[in-house]
Amino acid sequence: MMESALVTVLIAMLGGAIRVSTPFMFVGLGECLTEKSGRINLGLEGNLVLGAMTAYAVSYLSGNAWLGVLAAGGSGLLLGALHGYICKLPRVNDIAVGIAIMSFGTGLAFFFGKPFIQPTAPRLDAIHLGDWTGNPSLAQALQVNPLFFVGIVLALAMSWAFANTRWGLIIRMTGDSAASARAMGVSVDLVRFLTTSAGGFMAGVGGAFLSLYYPGSWNQGLSSGQGLMAVALVIFARWDPIRCIWAALLFGAAGAIGPSLQSIGISQGYYFFNAAPYILTLFIMIASARSKGAAREVPGELSITK
Amino acid sequence: MTVASSPIEIAPRTPDVRALKLAESFFIPVAALLVSALVFALFLLAIGQSPVDFFALVWIGGFGSSFSIQNTLQRAAPLILTGLAFAVPARIGLTIIGGEGALVLGGFAAAAIAIPLVTGQAPPAITLPIMAITAMLAGGCWIGLAGWLRHYRGVNETISSLLLSYIAIAIMNFFVEGALRDPASANKPSTMPIGDAYRVGPMPFTDVHWGLGAGVLLAIVLYILMSRTTFGFAARMTGGNPRAALAQGLPVGFLVVTCCAIAGACAGLAGFFEVAAIHGQANASLVAGYGFTGILVAFLARHNPLAVVPVAILFGAIAAAGGLVQRRMGMPDATVLVLQGIIFVVLLTSETLYGRIKLFQPGTGADRT
Repeated sequence: MMESALVTVLIAMLGGAIRVSTPFMFVGLGECLTEKSGRINLGLEGNLVLGAMTAYAVSYLSGNAWLGVLAAGGSGLLLGALHGYICKLPRVNDIAVGIAIMSFGTGLAFFFGKPFIQPTAPRLDAIHLGDWTGNPSLAQALQVNPLFFVGIVLALAMSWAFANTRWGLIIRMTGDSAASARAMGVSVDLVRFLTTSAGGFMAGVGGAFLSLYYPGSWNQGLSSGQGLMAVALVIFARWDPIRCIWAALLFGAAGAIGPSLQSIGISQGYYFFNAAPYILTLFIMIASARSKGAAREVPGELSITK
Repeated sequence: MTVASSPIEIAPRTPDVRALKLAESFFIPVAALLVSALVFALFLLAIGQSPVDFFALVWIGGFGSSFSIQNTLQRAAPLILTGLAFAVPARIGLTIIGGEGALVLGGFAAAAIAIPLVTGQAPPAITLPIMAITAMLAGGCWIGLAGWLRHYRGVNETISSLLLSYIAIAIMNFFVEGALRDPASANKPSTMPIGDAYRVGPMPFTDVHWGLGAGVLLAIVLYILMSRTTFGFAARMTGGNPRAALAQGLPVGFLVVTCCAIAGACAGLAGFFEVAAIHGQANASLVAGYGFTGILVAFLARHNPLAVVPVAILFGAIAAAGGLVQRRMGMPDATVLVLQGIIFVVLLTSETLYGRIKLFQPGTGADRT
C-alpha cells in the first residue's frame, strides 16, 4: 500500500515535472541568451504573462492554438525590444528597467485579458507517448506537449550555436568584454538589443504554454513568478542552455510536489509545498553565489553578479 | 559673539550647485509624469476612450470631495511605508523589491500575536503596541535576511527579496488555511478577527487611520537619519562606492543589514495598519500590490524619504479613483496597472537625462573662469 502510493506520487511528479518545467525552460533559455550578451532582463515575468494572455486571446479569436503561440512570441518580442532599447541609453539601470517592464507587461495583460477570462479557447494537443505502457497513470504522465520538445531542440541549437557559429562567438564576446567587442568593430548595443528581443520572444512562447496547455486557461493568477525564478535558474545552470533544461526539470518537479501529494490524499501542508520552488531557488542561489565554478562561467559584463 | 565683517567671505557660488541638483531632480520626474500622462492619453484614444474624461474622473475620485480625499489618504498610508521600504535600501545601493512580502508577513504576525492577547482580554493600549512591534520585527527580519544574504553570501538581493516575498505569502496561506484559521470564516479563510475594541481608530478631525501619521513621521525620521547623521552619510557612501567604504573601514555589513531591516520594519508596519485599521484580521486581502506600487513611489521620489509622502498621495489618489473609472467608463480595474506601468517605464527612461540638460549643470557657460 505504501509502495503503490509512493509510485503514484513519483509518477505524478514525473508528469508534473515535464508539464511544469516547459515555461521555466523557455523563460530560462530566453534569459540565458540575454545574459550571455551581458545584459540582464528581470522583466521576463511581464513577457510571460503578456504572452499567456496574447496566446489565449489569439487562439480564441482565430481558432488556431499555434497561431496563438506565434502571437505570444511576437508580444514577448515587442516587450523585449522595449527593454533592449531603453537599456542602451546611458545611465539607465537594466535591473530597474526590468522591474518596470514586468509591471507594464502584467498591466497590459490584465487590461486586455479581462474579456478572455470566461471563454474557452482551443488548446494545444499533447503527444501521447505513454500509451504502450498499459498503465493509465503513467500514460497520463507521459502526455507531453510538443512545446517541450521545441524547447529541448532550442536548447541544443543554442548550445551548438554558442560554441560553433560566428554569431555565437559575437554574443559571448559581447557578454564577456564589451571593450573587446567594440575593438572588433561589433556594435555592443545592437547585439544586446537583438538578444534581449529574442529572449523576450522565447519568454512569450513560455507564456503561451501556460494559458494553452497547463494550467490551460487564462486568469490573472496564472503565473506565479516563473519569469523571475528563471533568472535564478540561469545562474544555477551557469549560463549553459543544456543545463537550463535539467534545471527547469528540477524546478518543475519541485513545483509538482504539492499537487502530487494531493493526488494521493495528502493535502496537509499543501500551501507549504507550494512554496517549495521558491525555497529551492533561494537555496540554490545561496549555494551557487560564491561557488568558484559559477565565478568562472559568468559572463563578465553581467551586472547582477558584480 | 559674532564678527560683523569677517575678512574671509565665502562668495555664494552662482548658480548654486545644490539648488540646481534639487531643480534637476524635481523637474525631470515631473516631466516624466507629464510624458506618461500623454502616452496614456494616446493609449486611451487608441482604444476609443476619452482621456479628458479619465483624468477628470481621477481628479474627482482622488481629490474631488472630502470623502475621496480621505479615501486617497487611506490608500496613501501603506504606500508611504512601502515606498520607504524601497527608498532606504536604495540609498545604500540595494534594489529590494520584497516589500509586498514584508507587508504580508508583518500583517500576519500582528494578527497572530493578537489572538492570545485578545482572547486573554489584554487592554488595547498594550495589545496594539505589541502587535505593531511584532509586525515590524517580522518584516525587519525578513528583509534584513535579504540584506544579510547579500553582504555575507553574495546572493543578489533583488531576486532573493522577491523569492522571500512569495515564501512569506505561502507562510501566511499555510497558517490561515490551517492552524490559525477562524472557523467562522467560511468563504475567505482568515485569522480570528481582533474585534472593534482593538481597532486602530482615525486620527483627530479625520476619518483616516493613524497609519498615515505614522508614515509621515517615519518619512521625516528616516530623512533625518539618511541625510543628517553619520549613519546616513556612511550608508550613502556605501551606496556610492562600496569598495571605498570598505577601504575607509566603514562597517558595511552592519549598514547593509540595518538599512534592510529598517525597510522591512516599514513594510511590516504597513501590514500592521492594514490588519489593525482596515481588515481587522489577516487574510488574502493583504496581498493587494501595495509593496509593488511602493517601488514605483520610491523611484518617482528619487529615494528621498520626504518626497515619498506626496508621491504616495498621488498614487493613492489614482488607486482611489480606480473604482470610479471602472464604473463610469466601463474599463477594467487593470487600467490603473497600465497607467502605473507606463509611468514606470517612462520614468526609468528619463534617468538617462540626468547630467545631460545644460540648464541644470553648474559651471558651464559664462561663470566658468
